[in-house]
Amino acid sequence: MTTAPDRPWALLAELTHACPLHCGYCSNPLELTRRSRELTTQQWAEVMHQAGELGVVHTHLSGGEPLLRRDLAQIVTAAEQAGIYTQLVTSGVGLDRSRLSELTAAGLRSVQLSVQHADPDASDRIGGRRSFADKERAAALVRDAGLPLGLNVVLHRENLDAVDAVVELGLAWGVDRIELANAQFYGWGLLNRAALLPTRDQLTRARDAVERWRERLAPDGPELVWVVPDYFDGEAKPCMGGWGAVSLTVTPDGTALPCPAAASLPDLDPPNVRDHPLSWIWDHSTAFTRYRGTAWMPEPCHSCSHRDQDFGGCRCQSYALTGDPSRTDPACRLSPAHGLIRALTEGDGEASEGTQGRTVAIRRRAPGRAGATGHAGQLP
Amino acid sequence: MSVAAMADWRPVPAPAVVMRHDRARGTDLLLLPERVVVLKGAAGAIVGLCDGTRSVGDIVGELADRFPGAPVAGDVPAFLDQLRTEGWLR
Ligand code: SF4
Ligand code: SF4
Repeated sequence: MTTAPDRPWALLAELTHACPLHCGYCSNPLELTRRSRELTTQQWAEVMHQAGELGVVHTHLSGGEPLLRRDLAQIVTAAEQAGIYTQLVTSGVGLDRSRLSELTAAGLRSVQLSVQHADPDASDRIGGRRSFADKERAAALVRDAGLPLGLNVVLHRENLDAVDAVVELGLAWGVDRIELANAQFYGWGLLNRAALLPTRDQLTRARDAVERWRERLAPDGPELVWVVPDYFDGEAKPCMGGWGAVSLTVTPDGTALPCPAAASLPDLDPPNVRDHPLSWIWDHSTAFTRYRGTAWMPEPCHSCSHRDQDFGGCRCQSYALTGDPSRTDPACRLSPAHGLIRALTEGDGEASEGTQGRTVAIRRRAPGRAGATGHAGQLP
Repeated sequence: MSVAAMADWRPVPAPAVVMRHDRARGTDLLLLPERVVVLKGAAGAIVGLCDGTRSVGDIVGELADRFPGAPVAGDVPAFLDQLRTEGWLR
């Protein structure tokens, strides 16, 4: 490497994998980190300090459920002292008035609240626990505190037909931003793909609904963000804005990753903040340099005019579907492996099977704990 | 906005907006939820004067002293108005 890579702008801090909910598409890895392996308050404070020095200006304090960290306010303070703008990503469970004022006093800037559906019963069912009332309360508290509020909704077969209601819910709750993110299929999402994968019709109707709302809401209404369903578009998503290009993830046990899903890659050997400074991790670790830029790309990406826009797509998806993380993302219609995706989305795959059956069971992470998955009897 | 109303306005960053200098990149930034705005050129110096006490007239005056010969009287109010339309200044 001749020149230093661009500085990262953002840090996704996965403070804990513990969560009161257990959504079937959770982006946490299948192997959840148990609580005794989590970084300490001091270690997170050091991560924030080093991240600020490195150029990070934004952090998402996420999880699992970050409110389960009793020291969350101290971590917010450390980020604030490092000049980093803090955004809490929460299920809303556990956010009461005193907790929120503790966090705002520490410098918390913004809150993103996840909701599973606009209908309370459906939301509770998808999240695997009664939580809608808590979310509604949390939204009101954040509004009262004057903090910017975003609504995050992961879209899949069970809620794509309710996009209108989701936007109306966001308006009723007074949110500033609604992120409609189509489910991604690795980790838990891949495990549950048969139950989550929507039909093309559903997606088309939802996309049209979003367009109508955009016209109605602009320019003063909440911002509507639509995160594309790459399975259906024939286009690879520009994952993370490029590998090791704009952001990094630190997981509960201190593992540093170019993207939260990258823990699934078998030979990545990601570095840990307990062992290395963040600047070395970003500039020199093989985990961050391996797919940075375009030199690593195989054909057809290597000679493709899109390679600087989509960076050849998602490494984790290439690995999940082809077994080789360095191949062109099968979501791309130019990928030799695109047939794998087409088989799933053209009517003869899991989507149609599931639609007929309607009863594909969701495999869920164990509620309320981390580390229980695959480790029965070894609860933290 | 009318010229008179503009002159009375005392701009200040909106509550969700943080302005800071970015040492790693040597530039000024506005930080908002899910968004970073890079303030290029003199933009940082202009927004830095928006503290809620100075009027637009005061800001134009200070900048005219600091950057003699620059077209501040026309450009600065237009720039501030643009930031207000974005919701970044109040
Ligand atoms: S279980 Fe649901 S709420 Fe909890 S971290 Fe996973 S996706 Fe978020
Ligand atoms: S071939 Fe590679 S670079 Fe070209 S569009 Fe497909 S994924 Fe992107």
